[in-house]
Amino acid sequence: MPASSLAVTDVVAGYNSTPVLNGVSITARPATITAVLGANGAGKTTLLRTISGFVRTRGGQVRLDDVSLTRLAPDHIARAGVAHVPEGQGVITELTVEENLKLGLLLRRRADRAAALEDAYRKFSILADRRRRHAATLSGGERQMLVIARALLSAPRVLLLDEPSLGLAPKVVAQVMDLVRQLRDESGLTVLLVEQNARSALSIADQGVVLNLGKVVATAAAGELAADVALRRHYLGF
Amino acid sequence: MQEFVEFTLGGVSDGVIYAAIGLSLVLIWRATRVLNYAQGGLAMFTSYIALMVINATGNYWLGFVVALAAGLVIGGVVERVVIRPAAGKPHLNTVIVTIGLLILVEGLAGIIYGSKNRSFPTPYSIVGAKIGSFDLGEGASPSAIFTAVAVLAAAGLLAVLFRYTPVGLRMRASAFSGTVAQLMGVRVGRITTLGWALAGLIGALAGMLVTPQTFLYPNSMDSIFVLGFTAAVIGGLDSPGGAIVGGLILGVLLNYVTGYVGSNLPELAGLALLILVLMFRPSGLFASTATRQV
Repeated sequence: MPASSLAVTDVVAGYNSTPVLNGVSITARPATITAVLGANGAGKTTLLRTISGFVRTRGGQVRLDDVSLTRLAPDHIARAGVAHVPEGQGVITELTVEENLKLGLLLRRRADRAAALEDAYRKFSILADRRRRHAATLSGGERQMLVIARALLSAPRVLLLDEPSLGLAPKVVAQVMDLVRQLRDESGLTVLLVEQNARSALSIADQGVVLNLGKVVATAAAGELAADVALRRHYLGF
Repeated sequence: MQEFVEFTLGGVSDGVIYAAIGLSLVLIWRATRVLNYAQGGLAMFTSYIALMVINATGNYWLGFVVALAAGLVIGGVVERVVIRPAAGKPHLNTVIVTIGLLILVEGLAGIIYGSKNRSFPTPYSIVGAKIGSFDLGEGASPSAIFTAVAVLAAAGLLAVLFRYTPVGLRMRASAFSGTVAQLMGVRVGRITTLGWALAGLIGALAGMLVTPQTFLYPNSMDSIFVLGFTAAVIGGLDSPGGAIVGGLILGVLLNYVTGYVGSNLPELAGLALLILVLMFRPSGLFASTATRQV
């Protein structure tokens, strides 16, 4: 599948009457990682929830290539090719590892499902060993692998990752970041990566976007953002 | 010994009916976290529909199929028209809505069909089987065997649906986490409607099976609903298998109490069992979750 681009243009969105995003514009180019950074309350998670349809836009546009996703329901957006790995992992603990993975397969053609599942087990061998276990028994890192594998099984065009390092040990964070990098390099996936851990995110990203109080305050190549000492100290905390 | 066998088989026969009602409640609870107080009333209504068809055609099985189809349709329509508008609002709203639906359905049945008791046919004989001179009682009658087979077959089919099919996976995912299900492209609204429709079908089945024993009138399913609810709680509201076991335990217990202690005590025994389970296993015997909002 050719790589896709995601364009968020002048989006205004929020909860009840309170706007959280005030005219946010971000373009994630095909087969790149775009890190979305900022302090708590900057609107990072709301941005992803708006793209995936859980928060309604009050203005602006969200487009996946030439297709408008604006105001579509979350399940429509998922079927359009946007996979969202939510903050807090989104594992269904009452299901087994394999059942969680099979959820990802529901968007694929029936004939492709078995091969895709075996392919996932080859890539994520830790999950193959635990396929019959309930997801509740997995460690935090294993759960993160599970939700990423599940998202990939839906054959997405764009992957939205919300705080994939949250609550994970530094070693596991490095593994997760390596995995995200591989997805871009080997699968040509377009990734929008929301991270509190700005240093880790910028180390693998192509471009970075800094949000503050619902507005974009900086957009630049990841290396440039990492080198901007004043911006780092003011908005990114390192 | 004969009494013991008779009471046990009778208990199993009654228990599968409580299990069927319990199963329909579990289906809805799993899908929407709603306890449908109108489930018994809807089963009563589909039984009236069946009786009209049977009386008009003389064909029991046509009435049976029409009742199940009506349960399926009514369950789905109730979800779309009555329950969905209350979704996302305080839990008490849904409780009131389902109680209101029960009053509406029972009122409608009274207006349309009248309040007199109507006898309801059975497809098979209710005369108990005998082994030599050993009478097994009504619990071993062809009708009771049909009841048990019908409920267990329905439970088995539901188990296969849930465990082995993509639709079942969608239903379970929607029940456990609607948000994650939507992220995976599941149309949660449709799946919820399907869950209510299936619950309507199982409720209609329970109505068809129990009504020959109770007569048919607008409130005929009220006490059965309470016992079905007790069965579901004993088994754990999340567990279809638990509803079956809960129903069987309850049915057998009530028959023992009726037979050995007194015919006016079974409801009391049922409530005592419910209290004991809630005291020592508040999530029920087979529930997958540790806590429940009361």
